Amino acid sequence: MSKLRKIFMACLCVYSYAIVAQSIDVCSTCEFSSIKDGIKNAKALDTIMVQKGTYNEYGIVIDKPLTIIGKDDPIIDGGRKGEILTIESDDVTIDGFFIKNVGISYTEDFAALRVRKSKNFVIQNLVLENLFFGIYIEKSSHGKIYHNKVVGDAVEEHNSGNGIHLWYSHHIDIEYNSLEGVRDGIYLEFSDDNVIKNNSSSKNLRYGLHFMFSNDDIYQQNVFEDNGAGVAVMFSKNIQMINNHFRENWGSASYGLLLKEITDAEIIDNIFDRNTIGISLEGSNRIDYKNNTFMNNGWAIKVRGACYTNRFINNNFLYNSFDIAYNSRINDNIFDQNYWSNYTGYDLDKDGIGDVPYRPVKLFSYIVNRTPETIVLLRSLFIDIIDFSEKVSPVFTPDNLVDENPLMKKRE
Amino acid sequence: MLKILKYSFYDLMRSRWSYVYFAFYLVLGIVLLFLNSDLSKAVISLMNVIIILVPLIGTVFGVMYYYNSKEFTELLLAQPLKRSTIFLGQYLGVALSLSMSLILGLGIPFIFYGLMKSNVIWDFSLLLITGTFLTFIFTALAFNIALSNENRIKGFGYAILLWLFLAVIYDGLFLMSLILFEDYPLDRLSLIGSMLNPIDLSRTLILLKLDISALLGYTGAVFKRFFGTNFGLLISFVILLLWVVLPVLRIVFKAKRKDF
Repeated sequence: MSKLRKIFMACLCVYSYAIVAQSIDVCSTCEFSSIKDGIKNAKALDTIMVQKGTYNEYGIVIDKPLTIIGKDDPIIDGGRKGEILTIESDDVTIDGFFIKNVGISYTEDFAALRVRKSKNFVIQNLVLENLFFGIYIEKSSHGKIYHNKVVGDAVEEHNSGNGIHLWYSHHIDIEYNSLEGVRDGIYLEFSDDNVIKNNSSSKNLRYGLHFMFSNDDIYQQNVFEDNGAGVAVMFSKNIQMINNHFRENWGSASYGLLLKEITDAEIIDNIFDRNTIGISLEGSNRIDYKNNTFMNNGWAIKVRGACYTNRFINNNFLYNSFDIAYNSRINDNIFDQNYWSNYTGYDLDKDGIGDVPYRPVKLFSYIVNRTPETIVLLRSLFIDIIDFSEKVSPVFTPDNLVDENPLMKKRE
Repeated sequence: MLKILKYSFYDLMRSRWSYVYFAFYLVLGIVLLFLNSDLSKAVISLMNVIIILVPLIGTVFGVMYYYNSKEFTELLLAQPLKRSTIFLGQYLGVALSLSMSLILGLGIPFIFYGLMKSNVIWDFSLLLITGTFLTFIFTALAFNIALSNENRIKGFGYAILLWLFLAVIYDGLFLMSLILFEDYPLDRLSLIGSMLNPIDLSRTLILLKLDISALLGYTGAVFKRFFGTNFGLLISFVILLLWVVLPVLRIVFKAKRKDF
């Protein structure tokens, strides 16, 4: 009942405002020739239409609920002097701008667009170039960030910023954005209940997507390609990772997905293709890995330690140099009903499940864990021989780390 | 020398073993292509075969040929011919016919499969080039062994031992030393270790083309920097070439002084 009433009240409000709200034009020959002027003279809930042109402005503060729309992609050039747009009010919409040349500072995090302590904002159709931080959301909630394009030129981690940065911000939808060439494509810190969907994050210096101390977030249908590491999830709980594509995160310390101190997450229907390490996990417990496909990775999964009660069920492991690397002798993780392309067993009763259990950890992967340089011996006959003998009688690898029911056919 | 090469070559071309060898590769190529329809996966499986079987067949065949054609060799020695000519001719005859079986046997199914249009053609050529190098290297080593041992059984024994050493035992020792010295920086040691053995060198060269993702892991970067560059590739081929030239020189040297 109270919900209905709220909606009714909201409608009433919008209606009553709509009568007084008006549209203000900003262009070089209009009454207001700068965006700042436009904002100064606008009343709450007005719409500001910014016409095509270049506006050399920075430090624009939006302190009342406004809808600011750029017609035919007007350019806002900050001239590398500082922050360009700052939203400090609820209910602000920014739509359709080309924002460039954000100032770089070592003491302040200048952003192309900052949202500070606001609710219900909509940020869409922006193109950001030559930036430090892109869209910086600070202590805000219930916003939408749609269809933006961030193109950075980051070279070093210490003097570059993130594409979309969330700090203490909750309930934000981030969809259809494309991020490249920044430090972290999307970064979340102390931010809960956010949805990150259909984005593409590539060629970023550090991570495509980075969680720190952020709980209950969902990311799905994103593509992470050619980043320092695809996604890093650290110190977070209840993250759902569904249907993402981790591709070609390739390099001496590159991962598709890095999990560190993560609990109770779900990793479902993802594809990990040609990463140096598909998933690297450390101190991560109670995670479900279901229906994922790992193909052509160096290591499909690298378990580094203190990882308990994880369940790996119904995944495809296709042509990885190593399926699992495991560095401890204790295991209570479950591997069940996965398809392993390296499986050599048989299925006499034709029920689609191999009659011989599969041991995904090879002795060689144990050795490489200990002495990384031994990787030079990959695929040597000697290694095949010792792997075989370890398979027959496990000495160094945990003897209960087996898939008792390996699938005979790849899961489609 | 060309004449003797021709004789040896035709002699081998007519022999059953060349056909068996050729047919083996032909069947292998066809089976691999039909079983895993993916061309680059087939190249990986082939690599496993090439770095193990090619040296084995090269050594065994070389030793066998030398002992079998001993009477013919002695007949030739009675003629006014240079010794180096005779032995080099024979050596090249064996090595060339083996390489031909390898290249044709693997090449034909792959060409029919549509290799020319595929982008793994460079990987495949590299595979064939290293395979050919391995044939030349191990045939030369086999001739060395045969020249030094009158006793056939002993000769065969040494030949098999040589193969076993380079294909398996060397890697074992290499692995042990890497683990033993794991507290020290091992980049250089592992680089040198894999350059010294022609089988390891071929394997590394092919692997860097095929699944570099894993090799890029840790030390991998050092490797990639070395082998991945043209300079590294050049050095690797120079070393493979040295592995051919040095045993061949020893054949010439040994043949000159040998009492028949």
